[in-house]
Amino acid sequence: MGLKTKDLVGIKGLDRDDIELILETASGFKDILGRDIKKVPALRGRTTVNLFYEPSTRTRTSFELAAKRLSTDVINISVSTSSIVKGETLQDTALTVQALGADFIIVRHACSGVPHFLAPRLKASVVNAGDGTNEHPTQALLDLFTIREKRGKIEGLDVVIVGDILHSRVAKSNIYALKKLGARVRLIGPPTLVPPALGELGVEIFSDMDRGLEDADIIMMLRIQMERQDKGFFPSTVEYFRNWGLTKRRMGRAKKNAVVMHPGPMNRGVEIASDVADGKHSVILDQVTNGLAVRMAVLYLLGGVRG
Amino acid sequence: MKALVQNGRLIDPLQGIDEICDIHIEGGRIQEVRKRGGAEARKKKNPAVRAARLPGYQVIDATGMYVVPGLIDLHVHLREPGFEHKETIKTGTGAAARGGFTSVCCMPNTRPVNDNASVTEFILSKARVEGSCSVLPIGAITKGQKGEELAEFSLMREAGCVAFSDDGRPVMDSLLMRRALEYSRVHDLPVISHCEDLALAASGVMNEGLLSVTLGLRGTPAQAEEIMVARDISLAELTGGRLHIAHVSTAGSVEIIRAAKRRGIADVTAETCPHYFSITEEAVREYDANAKVNPPLRRQSDVEAIREGLRDGVIDAIATDHAPHHRDEKEGEFDLAPSGISGLETAVGLAMRLVADGVLSMTMLVEKMAVNPARIVGNGGGTLKPGADADLVIIDPRREYRVDAGDFASKGRNTPFGGWLLPAVPVVTIWKGKVYTWE
Repeated sequence: MGLKTKDLVGIKGLDRDDIELILETASGFKDILGRDIKKVPALRGRTTVNLFYEPSTRTRTSFELAAKRLSTDVINISVSTSSIVKGETLQDTALTVQALGADFIIVRHACSGVPHFLAPRLKASVVNAGDGTNEHPTQALLDLFTIREKRGKIEGLDVVIVGDILHSRVAKSNIYALKKLGARVRLIGPPTLVPPALGELGVEIFSDMDRGLEDADIIMMLRIQMERQDKGFFPSTVEYFRNWGLTKRRMGRAKKNAVVMHPGPMNRGVEIASDVADGKHSVILDQVTNGLAVRMAVLYLLGGVRG
Repeated sequence: MKALVQNGRLIDPLQGIDEICDIHIEGGRIQEVRKRGGAEARKKKNPAVRAARLPGYQVIDATGMYVVPGLIDLHVHLREPGFEHKETIKTGTGAAARGGFTSVCCMPNTRPVNDNASVTEFILSKARVEGSCSVLPIGAITKGQKGEELAEFSLMREAGCVAFSDDGRPVMDSLLMRRALEYSRVHDLPVISHCEDLALAASGVMNEGLLSVTLGLRGTPAQAEEIMVARDISLAELTGGRLHIAHVSTAGSVEIIRAAKRRGIADVTAETCPHYFSITEEAVREYDANAKVNPPLRRQSDVEAIREGLRDGVIDAIATDHAPHHRDEKEGEFDLAPSGISGLETAVGLAMRLVADGVLSMTMLVEKMAVNPARIVGNGGGTLKPGADADLVIIDPRREYRVDAGDFASKGRNTPFGGWLLPAVPVVTIWKGKVYTWE
């Protein structure tokens, strides 16, 4: 059993069966993570390289731990963004990493399309850990896993994604994944940050948060980058919170058993009120735990492809 | 050096000729154009036989082929001085000759910028020694292309510049653009505008739309071009200056130019490039930086509008915007790759697709690629009248060409057309009587 492709560059390239396989496999790994001994020998002798061109703690740590739980050796390489412009070319760096014997290259980069550039040029399996504003496929997979865990299904649910959709690779991957699995998707946010073109994908777009939240099953909040204010996407974080912040009052618009998610790190008081973030609807910490199981599943299944 | 191009179908709109002719070339000039068709012509001695008897005549059989005035490219980047790793005057003019061009107008964004007579003189002296076609330099509108003060138009013109442009860097200051159009009236040379509102373009790397959003690439809306097309036409109207709009890429721009031409109050001409009438933004779907170009590739509706603009005369010229880059610069992150397509060697083939599709007649193609460009820069070319420079190209309409960037004469292998089968190809280029034959 394995995936049909050598790499995981995005949700766009997966079909429903691929996604189901990953989620099912992750479920098995989640059981293992509940045991005393959390390590399995599945990929012993393999090498995983975290090649991160953007600073990251959460995603890098999650991949690192996932790879270690599968008994691969792990190396972390952080390339500062300044050397992208001047130093070694992307291809040279990647080939160097491969020459060190990497079987898995987990790549994060500020430029969209970097995993797509590397995948056909490398023998190693390339896993996209976030590329520019394009995709963050393992985040979407762990979100799906969490939704299914909490609600037992994905098909037919009303999922809203709130915030800076334009720049969010998490939102993009989730839109594709949720549509593939039959959820209804609504996007909520300031019109400056929600590209109307996405309507062509069959999602609904709202600028009015109260209307958009009506009877929602799942509420995915996105992190607001402070620099968007400087670029004029919205006037202030105070006004942003007034219009699109998730508060207890607004939660009343959604279904009673609605689930609140956030990929982290959160800006408390900007996109989400603390009492909601820490409240009974929140599954934010489950997302972190599930991320480990999902990333183990991805590495395991890609490892299967390489034989 | 004497040559006879015989039995080809000469298309020379300025002489009103579209028929089988023999062309005598001597001393780098057209001696005589003799029509084959009429009864009177048949009575005369067969010129081929006569030529064969004359020593020193090179006879070129153009049977079944088009013979057209040498093509003139209003928009190329030769990269020299300063970026010789991308292209040189030698390789760029070599690529031009290979592509059927006998004159190219080179943009000033070299290092140093061609914003003064000494750089113009350097380019021309280099071209005289190493060139395989005529080089017509375009001077910068502003010093250093910085958009702050006007460059020395008159001195550059004396040195040989044929137009002014800050190509690649729009003149964002409307007052300065007004001054440029006003001042250029001294010389009757066109100001060529790269129409892009930089603020609105917001560092976009492709066309804005669903595709840019789903690829996670910053998009540039069509309006970033159209606003500046409208602005510059207004300024041309205000000043009476000659405006030439570079690389039109959107349906909206075509519409704005069409309206201006109908009103007839501004002196405006326009060009587009083969990639804008051949491919869409879909070419970047796999993050192929060879399809990264500025302005960006647009949508099918834009392609259709540009084809219509060429057909109905709104767009006067087809220029290549030949923008060679080194392979290493195009390989890697899409965001960081420079914009541009190496276009000289695919232009004729792509333009001939317009003929195959019934968008242009052969006569119109010659107008777009030779007659009108010659008129816009006033170089006297675009025709094979006796006495004119012997600049011509022979195009074989039965010889298909499979594009292989590895075979380009240009150093720039950056093309999104690799592997395309083009319907026709230049087989002979004659520049000032010098014959280049392409295998």
